[in-house]
Amino acid sequence: MVKVTYVAHDGTRTELHGDPGDSVMSLAIAQGIDGIVGECGGSMMCATCHCYVEEDWAEATGPRMDGEEDMLESAACEVTERSRLSCQIKLTEAHDGLVVHLPEEQV
Amino acid sequence: MSGGHVVIVGAGQGGLQAAMSLRQEGHEGQITLIGGEPGLPYQRPPLSKAYLKTGEADKLALRPASFFESKAITLRPGIWVDAIDRAAQQVRIGSETLDYDALILATGTRNLRPPIPGLERALDLRTLEDARTLRAALDQPRRIAVIGGGFIGLEFAAVAAGLGHNVSVAEVAPRLMARAVSPEMSERFRSLHEGLGTELHLGNGVSEVTESGLLLADGTEVTADLVLLAAGVRPNVELAQEAGLEVDNGIVVGTTLRTADPQIFALGDCAAFPEATSGRRVRLESVQAATDHARCIAKAIVKGETTPYAAVPWFWSDQHELKLQIAGLADPSDESVGLEGGAVLRFRGGCLTAVETINDARTHMQARRLLGGGAVPTRDSLLEKNYDLTAA
Repeated sequence: MVKVTYVAHDGTRTELHGDPGDSVMSLAIAQGIDGIVGECGGSMMCATCHCYVEEDWAEATGPRMDGEEDMLESAACEVTERSRLSCQIKLTEAHDGLVVHLPEEQV
Repeated sequence: MSGGHVVIVGAGQGGLQAAMSLRQEGHEGQITLIGGEPGLPYQRPPLSKAYLKTGEADKLALRPASFFESKAITLRPGIWVDAIDRAAQQVRIGSETLDYDALILATGTRNLRPPIPGLERALDLRTLEDARTLRAALDQPRRIAVIGGGFIGLEFAAVAAGLGHNVSVAEVAPRLMARAVSPEMSERFRSLHEGLGTELHLGNGVSEVTESGLLLADGTEVTADLVLLAAGVRPNVELAQEAGLEVDNGIVVGTTLRTADPQIFALGDCAAFPEATSGRRVRLESVQAATDHARCIAKAIVKGETTPYAAVPWFWSDQHELKLQIAGLADPSDESVGLEGGAVLRFRGGCLTAVETINDARTHMQARRLLGGGAVPTRDSLLEKNYDLTAA
């Protein structure tokens, strides 16, 4: 199991446990986290699963995937260097403890 | 209206989005989401893509059961609405009636079944149930014939060929995905599928589905022990039609997605709505239209907004290593200009209608922004900038 903490825009923290292979988006959707929409189901066609990876986890989650940057440009909230599409972060054991922050809006 | 009962008929991605958006916009009244299929609302796009490979049905649910509880959305799966009584503002389900203050029709489509002898031998790919059956049939090496060279047929063909099955595709039009993409793109995908070893029969309709496969219009026999029907869909309009609402290749709605009855809206695959740029009546089969329509309707119901619906359409299709992305909406006869990087621009009457790209998210997103901006870009203005969309 891989523990992921989602920090909503209002500061609410929710801890979820996923399996390796889940994405940060799919885990959130499966558990009903409000701050992630995931409209295209992880096909990188929208930017409604935008999240900010906590600094300490930037290395473990790696760089943005090919095309991810272009999609992020259409995100509803400010895009920072911590911004990722959560559908593109696939969980591995190395992500146990990962913390992501969610933007105020996704659409 | 922030109170009142909103009934949504159809629990696909659009119907669910409508329920979610109503709550986001602050609707406090009851919301009932009625779905014809059993179980939780699920994503349909992966059925012809990832699901066929992984078989992970539990990953398809759009939201968990607990979500409906927490948002006070009454989900009623496995139920078909029999009739709408507009005068009484009620829907009828068997002997039960449900009063509505607003009604959203999100009834989607069903597979088109052309009158081809023997077609009952063919499998469908529309519902999760269909996908389960189809996936189970792929457990041994097959000779597969696909009727229809559109998105669904080709996505399936790509997966099946990738899994080592022997695949043929019969398409009545002279090129692949002819309704949706330019001849240049059709050609790219012809090369892709032929490269995967798939046998393509273009401009050759199916006369009969036989015990041994397909008999084509020109007499060619295609040997197959599994036949998939993927010849398009038709909108589910009967409920609306029987209630006296106008139907024209979909449930007819105006610029705010309302039918002629102000209490009734239609969205997504079943809705025929006026395209913002041209005013022409169109019907789109896409996640984008379903969800953007849903948001627009929720705003209209909760906040009384009357801004005309104007979202830029977008589509995608994953076939083997190629991700086709389309921004905008072109007619099959729209002109096409192929760019060096592989993108194809479509024009009608000198105006940009759509941009098709492969594995090029950057250009796709530029096109979405460009088409969503104020003035429609013209061919001349784009040509001046050497068709550089970033400069337009």
